[in-house]
Amino acid sequence: MSTHQPTAAKNGVATAVDENLIATLTAGSRPPRPSGVTTALTFGWRAMLKIKHVPEQLFDVTLTPIIFTLMFTYLFGGALAGSVESYLQFLLPGILVQTVILTTVYTGFTLNTDISKGVFDRFRSLPIWRPSPLVGALLGDAVRYAVASTVVVVLGLVLGFRPDGGVIGVVGAVVILLVFASGIGWIFTTLGLILRTPNAVMGVGMMIIMPFTFASNIFVDPSTMPSWLQSFVDVNPITHLVTAERGLMAGTASAGDIGWVLLAAAALTAVFGPLTMYLYRRR
Amino acid sequence: MKSTPDLAVEATGLIKHFGSTRAVDGIDLAVPAGTVYGVLGPNGAGKTTAVRILTTLQQPDGGTATVLGHDIQREPDTVRSLVSLTGQFASVDEDLTGTENLVLLGRLLGYSRSQARRRADDLLTAFGLADAADRQVKKYSGGMRRRIDIAASIVVTPEVLFLDEPTTGLDPRSRNQVWDIIRVLVSGGTTVLLTTQYLDEADQLADRIAVIDHGKVIAEGTSGELKASVGAGAVHVRLRDPVKRPDAERHLTKALGVPVLLEHDPVALSARVEDSDLVARAISGLIAAGIEVAEFSLGQPSLDEVFLALTGRPAEEATEDAPGEETAA
Repeated sequence: MSTHQPTAAKNGVATAVDENLIATLTAGSRPPRPSGVTTALTFGWRAMLKIKHVPEQLFDVTLTPIIFTLMFTYLFGGALAGSVESYLQFLLPGILVQTVILTTVYTGFTLNTDISKGVFDRFRSLPIWRPSPLVGALLGDAVRYAVASTVVVVLGLVLGFRPDGGVIGVVGAVVILLVFASGIGWIFTTLGLILRTPNAVMGVGMMIIMPFTFASNIFVDPSTMPSWLQSFVDVNPITHLVTAERGLMAGTASAGDIGWVLLAAAALTAVFGPLTMYLYRRR
Repeated sequence: MKSTPDLAVEATGLIKHFGSTRAVDGIDLAVPAGTVYGVLGPNGAGKTTAVRILTTLQQPDGGTATVLGHDIQREPDTVRSLVSLTGQFASVDEDLTGTENLVLLGRLLGYSRSQARRRADDLLTAFGLADAADRQVKKYSGGMRRRIDIAASIVVTPEVLFLDEPTTGLDPRSRNQVWDIIRVLVSGGTTVLLTTQYLDEADQLADRIAVIDHGKVIAEGTSGELKASVGAGAVHVRLRDPVKRPDAERHLTKALGVPVLLEHDPVALSARVEDSDLVARAISGLIAAGIEVAEFSLGQPSLDEVFLALTGRPAEEATEDAPGEETAA
């Protein structure tokens, strides 16, 4: 039995809706198609809005770096380098790398959470440059990486870190790190699309990240390690990244060190970017 | 609205498997432009999967489909510029406010910042959401969410609007509001394809209806044509004592001369009938036989009854909708 008759549309509210809606409908003409840059930046803006509405999500890029830097500096400082101050000069560029690389896992975590919601279907049904939701998300994450970097550097300076490379060296180090982290980010967008749940992305992500960050030159000089471990550390991309970071902050970086990092970032993007897009299209 | 092709959506033999399940098993559809087309079926019938294929979110395993003459597989980008989809679940970002969601979509569709802002304000006012414009969508009521969902689908007026179960879970008042919005959209020239589990809804809104079951179209026509195939009306009887139901079934079958359907409710029965006098006599017969009737009514056929008429069995209650939902998650 019908509870609704056409006349019901004539009550006050519904009529107001009708008149406005008809006027509004005729106004919805299609503007020219926006460029991929515009849509990617728009998705970056969405990421910023989400930070505005859910500021708690910045905890992992503000508190974690503080805890890591304090913990490792005071835990190992005396034992490894004789004093906290001298260890800090060695550790800070490394802990910066570890903090930001750990943060990249959240890129996959967030994507996996996001994509399971209905809003992603809407994005995918829009006539836009297809990678733009993912590129926009990475742009938003680059901001998060920058926040994490700033926290670590400022805390380091407060604790007594004195980089010889000066402002230019430190800023250069952070920029190179952001470029590399965005390359790594594509690994985790890939994982975010393959794995079923956000927690699985976290688990697998940490399992990959942990050995690469600890079995590196972040915490100690590899010359004290057994030779089998040294040979892993030598080929570990994180080691090369940390070497470049230390070089930049100390003002002694070679073009080769920096070039290696940029090349690695480009290679990661070239492999995992298209792979991510392939998986994204197939969902 | 351009009126060049007569058919807004045309599908031929669409097939989609998920593992061994054939979610869509050879669906044909022909949706005339400028009309409301209802796709009616129970949970798991394949409605959502069909809509996802037609809006290019999923690739069919077989068959072809066009939207306003553009092939969904060969010209997906053109199709995306003609259609808009309001999914079954919230298809806006729940963390953002109503305004932010509509500005986001306006920007993605090519409006300048100020145009997008103006369009968002206009839509929010038109949909009665102006007061909630700066509130996060997750704080909206069910009816408000549905309206912002639909508003998000017409930031740029689409040629064809797909609405996947637009009123499932809504209270009657919100449902009427959504119905009003759909009517206005169609009067503005948009073609609407909506899926629904409710015959009532398809009856109210749709010019033509396709009934889907197990991924196949089992009947198609205007609601008048479908009802004619089902019988003019249905009698619903509720007994006081479920133990008496088999007796009641026997009596009613005999008195009405048509098959009697046992509803999920253990005291309820229903049957399709043309003749109200016959019903009156059948109810008297039940009472005379000592079977107490708690209530009875004569009304429109339910979806269960349509299914009984079309398939000879009641609509199955599937536990989840199209498995497409699962793999898409």
